[in-house]
Amino acid sequence: MSAKKFTGAEIVIHSLHKENTEFVFGYPGGAVLNIYDAIFQLKKFKHVLVRHEQAAVHAADAYSRSTGKVGVALVTSGPGATNAVTGIATAHMDSIPMVIISGQVPTHAIGQDAFQECDTVGITRPCVKHNFLVKKIEDIAPTIKKAFHIARSGRPGPVVVDIPKDITAEESVFEYPSEIELRSYHPVEKGHQGQITKALELLISSKKPMVYTGGGVVLGDASEELTKLIKKLGFPVTSTLMGLGGFPANEKQFLGMLGMHGTYEANMAMQDCDVLIAIGSRFDDRVIGNPDHFLSKPRKIIHIDIDPASISKRVKIDVPIVGNVKSVLEDMNEIYSTLEKNHDKKIQSDWMKTIDEWKAKKSLSYKNSDEVIKPQYVVEELHKVTNGEAFITSDVGQHQMWAAQYYPFNKPRRWLNSGGLGTMGVGLPYAMGAQLAHPEAQVACITGEASIQMCIQELSTCKQFHLPVKIINLNNRYMGMVRQWQEFFYGNRYAESYMDALPDFVKLAESYGHIGLQIEKPSEVTDALKEAFSKKNKERLVFLDFLTDQTENVYPMVPNGKGLSQMILSEDL
Amino acid sequence: MRHIISLLMENEAGALSRVAGLFSARGYNIESLTVAPTEDSSLSRMTIVTSGSDEIIEQIIKQLNKLIDVVKVLDLNDGKHIERELMLVKVKASHQYREEMKRISDIFRGRIIDVSDNTFTIEITGSSTKLDAYLDSLDKSAIVETVRTGASGIGRGDRILKI
Ligand SMILES: Cc1cc2nc3c(=O)[nH]c(=O)nc-3n(C[C@H](O)[C@H](O)[C@H](O)COP(=O)(O)OP(=O)(O)OC[C@H]3O[C@@H](n4cnc5c(N)ncnc54)[C@H](O)[C@@H]3O)c2cc1C
Ligand SMILES: Cc1ncc(C[n+]2csc(CCOP(=O)(O)OP(=O)(O)O)c2C)c(N)n1
Ligand SMILES: [Mg+2]
Repeated sequence: MSAKKFTGAEIVIHSLHKENTEFVFGYPGGAVLNIYDAIFQLKKFKHVLVRHEQAAVHAADAYSRSTGKVGVALVTSGPGATNAVTGIATAHMDSIPMVIISGQVPTHAIGQDAFQECDTVGITRPCVKHNFLVKKIEDIAPTIKKAFHIARSGRPGPVVVDIPKDITAEESVFEYPSEIELRSYHPVEKGHQGQITKALELLISSKKPMVYTGGGVVLGDASEELTKLIKKLGFPVTSTLMGLGGFPANEKQFLGMLGMHGTYEANMAMQDCDVLIAIGSRFDDRVIGNPDHFLSKPRKIIHIDIDPASISKRVKIDVPIVGNVKSVLEDMNEIYSTLEKNHDKKIQSDWMKTIDEWKAKKSLSYKNSDEVIKPQYVVEELHKVTNGEAFITSDVGQHQMWAAQYYPFNKPRRWLNSGGLGTMGVGLPYAMGAQLAHPEAQVACITGEASIQMCIQELSTCKQFHLPVKIINLNNRYMGMVRQWQEFFYGNRYAESYMDALPDFVKLAESYGHIGLQIEKPSEVTDALKEAFSKKNKERLVFLDFLTDQTENVYPMVPNGKGLSQMILSEDL
Repeated sequence: MRHIISLLMENEAGALSRVAGLFSARGYNIESLTVAPTEDSSLSRMTIVTSGSDEIIEQIIKQLNKLIDVVKVLDLNDGKHIERELMLVKVKASHQYREEMKRISDIFRGRIIDVSDNTFTIEITGSSTKLDAYLDSLDKSAIVETVRTGASGIGRGDRILKI
């Protein structure tokens, strides 16, 4: 008896199933019709039909950000693939593990300028961790296996698998490999013990230690190990935008976010410390400000990162530790217990006092108003109404920074936003992915009237899949972040940043079958939020359109090219 | 500083463009790049000549290692190595110049591999600087055409790039 034969399309579906795929976010088209037919017949996972391929990739990305699992998207050739590129680049910049399957024209038509042909592997090469063009049916299963392995191991990232239509129709046996060996790919797991000890000795003996954590802590699921170590050490901690929630924001040691819109205390401590330990963070230009200014202060720097290329890329590192942050922090906890007796915390007490003085500046305070809704106030109220437990997604702009500043996260994977690429339009699809992954959780999308229009069509997807996300539109009638730069650096010349001809968001939400509310008065903010999150609306998407102060700016701000300690602070202080 | 980097990569379509794309995307210099399959047909060996500060070279090596298709990378400048490049030069060699051309090519151990009424084609190998020196020694107007392979390099003695 010969072994059972499967079509290439069936092999795709069974392979995804073997990888425990729960959701595939996608959009059909000619080149993937065989795959869609197999989805229909085999019913191995839930397919989420989006309204634009960009949103498919964003939603799969959010599924990953909120769960730690690999997100999966499926798009057709040509325009399907090009529409997906923004989503892929977004995931790539933030190191999100994903597999994107794209259809391709039949193998014999490749290179003929065939209908809906594009060089997907070529177009996506600079914005993926890796990509594959599958040339024969026997390669489908092993390639998908490799794609998942590469996506989730080492420094995670998106992997594209481009599959020509003809081989999805052919037949072959199916065997999913249980192991895959890639001779050219061996991510490091364990850190060097000598370096770890050296790092701890340096930290213990420093007078002004500082901990700077990033997205790597979240990606590596190392919050517990981090929190344990830092509490024992008693050192101050700051986090990048991407690392928020990696260390609980309600701990006294937490100084808030650092960087361009970081708190006064976090930036001053980062600049002034004598020993800095960077944990899963990559010295981004929005984080350290002007690198020459940053390096003008002498300090020793320890850097834990799984990607050797992250180390000494922008800033020279004294003690590099290449390894998975979870494993390295486990080792650090262990080694510290043998060194603890040598740790005289008194030598660090002056530093703690200095930090308390910086904290006393209360750099995030703002003047609330009875007349006009302050965006910061909306976020603070949202935090109260959701008990700080919601999954918060954001788009890109001022509202993103206010979300990061005024919604403290105590848990990882609750804060979903595009940091590296800064992609407007992610907010709503991110909320979809998070809500599908966590059906019982509260999910809110903090957005702006400009950003939300970039993927607004997904309100329809939310209707179809009954996704009760709450949209918090901080509507300042401006591309506020652009307007702020124009106010500060371009002599108040607001070139093309006013959002004219806005839709009536209430009616818009209603026309998609949702609830819309517009809120104009500060006194109505809390009630509107409570209404949105009420039991009555548990199953409903509610679009809250808050008309907020048009002139509000994000503070503190480190202007481009300036050093971390050269912040512009709010006039309200 | 000028560095000569050798690497082994999967002999697969697209691997070359990943390396070339890396250099252009990150703005690294490429002086030359050569590639050909090795005795193990699943592997290609590439030699890249680049230049940059120590920090940039360190990043180049790390970024190359990060490419999934790249199996092994060696900065030949980290130790003793040999570098060779092949050049074919077509020079004017009409009657009165023929002797002179032959003499210069002999000095550089070049070989005349094609002769016509008016030209010689000379094959010459050596380090890139030797090839430069040869060209410098010729009257510019005598050079009709040149083609160079770009440098290939190998470590001396026990320095081996192999999997
Ligand atoms: C409008 C706007 C304003 C911004 N302002 C700020 C700001 O004020 N402050 C700020 O911080 N950011 C800001 N950003 C974000 C900024 O652009 C960067 O995206 C962010 O700072 C990078 O965060 P990160 O250093 O944590 O790195 P990530 O991009 O999260 O990278 C993670 C690092 O950890 C490593 N890693 C991954 N997994 C592991 C593992 N398992 N073990 C060990 N290491 C691992 C990776 O190799 C990488 O080096 C802003 C973005 C926008 C759009
Ligand atoms: C796709 C995309 N295009 C352009 C930009 C540049 N940009 C950054 S913030 C911003 C304005 C965002 O406006 P809005 O969504 O209203 O948010 P606000 O800043 O007003 O809170 C723009 C245009 C971007 N980040 N992404
Ligand atoms: Mg706006």
